[in-house]
Amino acid sequence: MGQTIAEKILERHLLDDKDKAEPGRVVRAKVDFVLFNDANGPVAFRHFANMGGTKVAVPDKVGLVCDHFAPAPSAAGARMLRDMRSFARDKGIKHFFDVGKGGIEHTLIPEMGLIGPGDLVAGGDSHTGTAGAYNAFGTGMSWAGMAAIMMLDETWFRVPESMRFHLHGKKAPYITGKDVILKCLQDLGVDGALYRSMEFAGPGISEFNIDERMGICNMVVEAGGKTGIVEADEQTEAWAKATCKRPYTLTNADADAEYYSRHDYDLSKMVPMVAKPYSPDNVVPVSEIQPGVKLDQVYMGNCANGTISDLRQIASVLKGRKVAKWTRVMIVPATQKIYKEAMDEGLIEQFIDAGAAVSTPTCGACFGGHNGALDDGEVAFATINRNFKGRAGHAGAQVYLGNSYVAAASAVAGEIIDPAKL
Amino acid sequence: MKFKGTIQKLGDSVDTDGMIAGRYLSILDPKELAKHIFEETIPDFTRRVKPGDVIVAGKNFGCGSGREQAPFALKALGISCIVATSFSRTFYRMAIDLGLPILESAEVAAAALQGQTIEGDTATGEVKIDGKTFRVEPMPQFIQEIIDMGGIVDWVKKEVAARAKAAA
Repeated sequence: MGQTIAEKILERHLLDDKDKAEPGRVVRAKVDFVLFNDANGPVAFRHFANMGGTKVAVPDKVGLVCDHFAPAPSAAGARMLRDMRSFARDKGIKHFFDVGKGGIEHTLIPEMGLIGPGDLVAGGDSHTGTAGAYNAFGTGMSWAGMAAIMMLDETWFRVPESMRFHLHGKKAPYITGKDVILKCLQDLGVDGALYRSMEFAGPGISEFNIDERMGICNMVVEAGGKTGIVEADEQTEAWAKATCKRPYTLTNADADAEYYSRHDYDLSKMVPMVAKPYSPDNVVPVSEIQPGVKLDQVYMGNCANGTISDLRQIASVLKGRKVAKWTRVMIVPATQKIYKEAMDEGLIEQFIDAGAAVSTPTCGACFGGHNGALDDGEVAFATINRNFKGRAGHAGAQVYLGNSYVAAASAVAGEIIDPAKL
Repeated sequence: MKFKGTIQKLGDSVDTDGMIAGRYLSILDPKELAKHIFEETIPDFTRRVKPGDVIVAGKNFGCGSGREQAPFALKALGISCIVATSFSRTFYRMAIDLGLPILESAEVAAAALQGQTIEGDTATGEVKIDGKTFRVEPMPQFIQEIIDMGGIVDWVKKEVAARAKAAA
């Protein structure tokens, strides 16, 4: 019997060579990289100390990224960042990224070449599955469990069943990776992929560049997925050759792999999708949003949608236009490198001329922490990944989710509109 | 792990953003965190919960953001066990690693009513609600081992000691 991508990657990482990565089994494995941010790191460091930890088993497998309370919005936030610095210094963690020297973890770590195809990546953040854009198995896990990895250089996984999403056709205008995953969420619901690996394959994959694939994998967790992985193609290989700092293994499923379910999507028939409050599976085509949903804020950026591709999409809409008078607009490049690239291409100037605020990389408003949080009764459109009650500020705020084209067009209109109609 | 308490009934896909808002994630003190559980989504929750109470919920409990503050604060509030039809996988693992007992059972979730008394044992999978007995699938052995140790911190300590002994 053949294997899925998730089964192959897990099997290569098992402690016991003779063990098999069969769905349902609990197996012990070594990961390639373990990723902390300043929301989970300080908690994990306490677990590490409680475990009697003094030395990190393999310091070079550890990444520490300051992105949630960065730059610090309060003294409490500053303490979290200080804990990150202290741990990095004390334990000799070289992959430490402070404010101004990195960006948002899930975009930054692949950009730095620290993860690549075939890798097994554990993270304290639920969006660690974004690594699947790079043909890696990324998964969010418990913070105590991550402290255990720093102690023992091993962990346990329940091997997931896999679901296959076959993409084909030439993508319709204004379609991005975000629409693929929102369409999946509409079809599956918020628990339709619970405990499973979502694997994206087929000729349609090459319609999306690596950045847009991040948009797909970023939100697999919103369907309950343990991970989401895009099969490797020429673009994956070209990216890995140019970027990866460690050996990598392009990993695709066997033709006779056993999948829990198979799903088929024709990209030529897709339309831009929007998730309405208060759940990321409350999805409709943008054309079905009733006219007149006035927006107090439009927020563009997150761990998968602050890429240079997103910024170019936003600029293609905003160029020569102004954002609506009563709508405040924020654009957050995901990393310093992307920020600089956007400056070099003149995108930042276009954003400022349009009347948008451009911020240093941060997760701030995406989790309702700071840098653009919403008040009771406010309505926002955002390219972030969740819109549960209370996600982006007050529980009485409403957030609509969608791609960068729709966000930029809605910023200009001051209400949610189809970019084709701007 | 044995538990007994009053049922606090919740629905499907209870998400962690609603459990503990993002702005509180820089709070590390469990008692302080516990004050903010379901603050805006179920405003009377912290007032009605007593130590020992058991949450019984529908499918996909703890979905959304992976934030250990959620199970951590529920444990600090005195919740002795969570029984749900299913759990989001990060919440499931976080609860196990923190020593917060959990069980998966659609049957219990369907039968339980707010305010009833529930008792059970995570090791045997036996659960009783007002005298009626349910059989729930116990955890796989390796996971049961972590639960029996009260979480992964003590399990790792034991593992480290065993390795040191083997090396000596």
